[in-house]
Amino acid sequence: MAANLPTQAQVQGGAGVTEPGISHDEHAHHDEHHEQSFLQKYVFSTDHKVIAKQFLITGIIWAIIGGTLSSLFRLQLGWPESTFEWLSPFLGKWIEAGKLNPEFYLALVTMHGTIMVFFVLTAGLSGTFSNFLIPLQIGARDMASGFMNMLSYWFFFASSVVMFVSLFLETGPASAGWTIYPPLSALPQAIPGSGAGQTFWLVSMALFIVSQLLGGVNYITTVINLRTQGMSMSKLPLTIWAFFLTAILGLLSFPVLFSAALLLIFDRSFGTSFFLSDIYIAGQALPNTGGSPILFQHLFWFLGHPEVYIVIMPAMGMVSEILATNARKPIFGYRAMIGSLLGISLLSFIVWAHHMFVTGMNPFLGSVFMFLTLIIAVPSAVKTFNWLATLWRGNIRFTSAMLFSIGFVSLFIAGGLTGIVLGNAALDIQMHNTYFVVAHFHLVMGSSAFFGLFAGVYHWFPKMFGRMLDEKLGYVHFWLTFLGVYLVFLPMHYVGIAGFPRRYYAWTGFDSFSQFADLNKFISAAAIIAFFAQFVFIFNFFYSIFRGRRATENPWNSTTLEWTTPVVPGHGNWPGAIPAVHRWPYDYSKPGAAEDFIPQHIPYSQTQSSNLPYEKEME
Amino acid sequence: MTTLGILLVLVLLLVVFGLLFRLQILTSIFSGSSTREVGVSNRVNAILFIIFLVVGGAAFAWSFADNYDKMNPPIASVHGHATERMFWTTMIILGIVFTLTQVLLFVYSYKYQHKEGRRAFFFPHNNKIEVIWTLIPAIVMAGLVFAGWKEWTRITGPAPKDAVVVEVMGKQFNWLVRYPGRDQKLGVVNYRLIDATNEFGFDLSDQNGIDDFVAPEIHVPKGHPVLLKIRSRDVLHAVYMPHFRVQMYAVPGMPTKFWFTPTMTTDEMRAQTGNPKFTYELACNQICGRGHFAMKLNIVVDEPDDYVAWFAQQKSFSEQNPDVLASFKQKSDKLVEKETTPAAAAVVPATAKASL
Ligand code: HEM
Ligand SMILES: [Cu+2]
Ligand SMILES: [Cu+2]
Repeated sequence: MAANLPTQAQVQGGAGVTEPGISHDEHAHHDEHHEQSFLQKYVFSTDHKVIAKQFLITGIIWAIIGGTLSSLFRLQLGWPESTFEWLSPFLGKWIEAGKLNPEFYLALVTMHGTIMVFFVLTAGLSGTFSNFLIPLQIGARDMASGFMNMLSYWFFFASSVVMFVSLFLETGPASAGWTIYPPLSALPQAIPGSGAGQTFWLVSMALFIVSQLLGGVNYITTVINLRTQGMSMSKLPLTIWAFFLTAILGLLSFPVLFSAALLLIFDRSFGTSFFLSDIYIAGQALPNTGGSPILFQHLFWFLGHPEVYIVIMPAMGMVSEILATNARKPIFGYRAMIGSLLGISLLSFIVWAHHMFVTGMNPFLGSVFMFLTLIIAVPSAVKTFNWLATLWRGNIRFTSAMLFSIGFVSLFIAGGLTGIVLGNAALDIQMHNTYFVVAHFHLVMGSSAFFGLFAGVYHWFPKMFGRMLDEKLGYVHFWLTFLGVYLVFLPMHYVGIAGFPRRYYAWTGFDSFSQFADLNKFISAAAIIAFFAQFVFIFNFFYSIFRGRRATENPWNSTTLEWTTPVVPGHGNWPGAIPAVHRWPYDYSKPGAAEDFIPQHIPYSQTQSSNLPYEKEME
Repeated sequence: MTTLGILLVLVLLLVVFGLLFRLQILTSIFSGSSTREVGVSNRVNAILFIIFLVVGGAAFAWSFADNYDKMNPPIASVHGHATERMFWTTMIILGIVFTLTQVLLFVYSYKYQHKEGRRAFFFPHNNKIEVIWTLIPAIVMAGLVFAGWKEWTRITGPAPKDAVVVEVMGKQFNWLVRYPGRDQKLGVVNYRLIDATNEFGFDLSDQNGIDDFVAPEIHVPKGHPVLLKIRSRDVLHAVYMPHFRVQMYAVPGMPTKFWFTPTMTTDEMRAQTGNPKFTYELACNQICGRGHFAMKLNIVVDEPDDYVAWFAQQKSFSEQNPDVLASFKQKSDKLVEKETTPAAAAVVPATAKASL
């Protein structure tokens, strides 16, 4: 460790902890470093920027895996009568006489959900951008604890390895749905995936939760303690507010999932009966009595609902930032945007049982949760109106990031609105667990969050790699994806309204659902095309890392602090002193200013022509 | 039709791709440099948003209208009519909001695209507007919650006393149905008593269970409240009856229930839909394993007279399985011997004999 200078650098940078506000740092320490070994620099790095890239690239790999799984089960849904013999080279024994094994189908949906929600949209999205942007945008040399940050990635990596290995188990990976409701997830007799596959799942998630907690504590501490001089909470970019609140949500809700997982492990392995009761299975009556499967659902959704906001809030933050930058306008209603983030964060803890209206839970509880759920739609609506108002009378540049941000708003509206149907318990009786729910959350969470992720990558790629992504390929990627997402998920509502249940291997046994064969084919085709369109991005990403056009320091003429660093910021981020902050992050197109943006570190004394009356005093 | 759709999409995609590719060549020729500020592509993207809005909106409207009939399973319960009305009212409100916001989003994107020399309007906030657009959704939401809450309490309220009682039990991978028999009381079941013949786990030492009968499908009378009692004997399942707008989980160890009133017999529904093979179906709607997707049960709605006739024909489980009944007798005899309580010995076999 002695030779590990980055750690030392953080100790110096960490002076800010004991003397908050003092960002001035005499040592231009990154110049003094010894050459770092490859391992230190790229593998066991404690630099937040490297860790961010590690999260991003791991996330991309997971997204490809998750997407492939979904293409497989869409094949089955689109062409239930066809043979898939041609897949047996890949799937081996899971293709039986040309047919996909129904249990493997359930494994596919389970792993797809788990991978997308946790590994891509939680770790890949929040892990990447919280890491990358928090120190850069608040003006810190690194995270509060670089070492913990490194651990956070490596726990995620370990968790990834375990989950990945589980895909190849003899009995198959976990197959009880991403929500792993017991008793199905507790009893290997019920489905083979609940044997070793489920054990791997639980171990992997336990590691994952550790990774989240390590990361979360670090983000929160960093935002609270390491802001540069002048960076008050009311001058933080909305990205940081979003990451900050996301970390708090994670810190408070992931431990509950951990305890649910732990109790499930006890039930599975040590004969306890937290979730099991009165079960006769495989010709045998089990001894367990007194447990409640519904208890598990309460615990699961206590995380599960905040989790959907853990996924979406970072995207909301980045989209707010990108919309303002490229509309060349201040974000409309900065304070309302923070307020609604706070509101969503608080409310997201008290709506979980809207996933359980028809589980047999007391109907009075259902009424309470219906009431609370529909309140949460209000801050979501406020955010949407504010984004629209930000575009109004702007001067919009359609960078790829901007296209994805506009797409985000569109998808968030489309998916958020149907939440209002589902939040109404009386209507949820019919809609619960149908494709209507699938359409709802794929638009509002799946697709929007992916769009936020893409927007973030296109926008911050120049700062990450010092090169630009190709804009033209970005446009192609956006339009194909935008079209694809709508073609997949809008028709899914029709199928859902007709009552088509989710997680069905085939609907051919039911007259009620069999009329949508054509539509299902259409959806599958669109999904597979949209999946292949992602390779445009993947090509662009890896090509541009090495061969992209060289970036400038501030290619988007943006106001926030990360753009004051060198093209490729080194260790410690700023070669000299960290700039102090004087103004909010959204001084775009201010009347009287020379340029259409004034960065946060420019003092009012330099912008006398554009200062507003109350800013005059600060000159 | 689908192949046509797929082809259309492919062609569209190709066109978009081709357009963009051409554009790239054009812009690089015209601008000369790749570092210029805002080029032609900005305009193209703005136009594409409008095209997306118009063409996409039209396609959406068309496909919605085209599928509208298919997507409404015919309604066959009293509360189903109420929730269906509420569903479509809500959807209309949402549709208006959806259209307005999407139109604004894409029109603003087009209208306020970059123009050389123009400055964006510095407009950081406006308290009045913000209060208004916080209050409006809050009020609309309050209305929806209130309507939903009233309906929800009505649906989940206690079932009428005279409701017909039916019990369904989920298991991997089919449904078992039990009726309380003439005494209208369901007997005790115990999961430890389940075996290949006694699939429900009847405890026939309970007198209420002696006349209970099992059935291969659900029969219910039209126009009469029906109380579904729901249980599971292995993992979670869910009773989902889309035509009746009924859904409730089947939970091992925790019996659940749902009551509703059917409004149309199977025959009436066959006439109305013009489908002579129409059958009400009960689907499992909670992932439960390999056969989840095929866990189906048919439901027959009869005219009340037919229902009574059907009910009268059913033979009780104990009558059909005398050995099971006998085994309980033996057990209770043994118990009696052990305990040597003459009183109990007198009561149990006597009543059992009476119901035989
Ligand atoms: C307008 C606000 C929203 C409301 C009122 C709402 C309401 C609901 C309700 C009631 C359900 C349960 C439906 C059922 O299972 O029967 C649900 C499911 C879901 N929602 Fe939302 N939602 C909203 C926004 C969001 C957002 C912003 C996200 C994610 C970013 C999200 C993600 C999900 C997910 C993932 C599920 C399904 C989970 C599963 O069963 O696998 N929702 N929503
Ligand atoms: Cu939720
Ligand atoms: Cu099932």
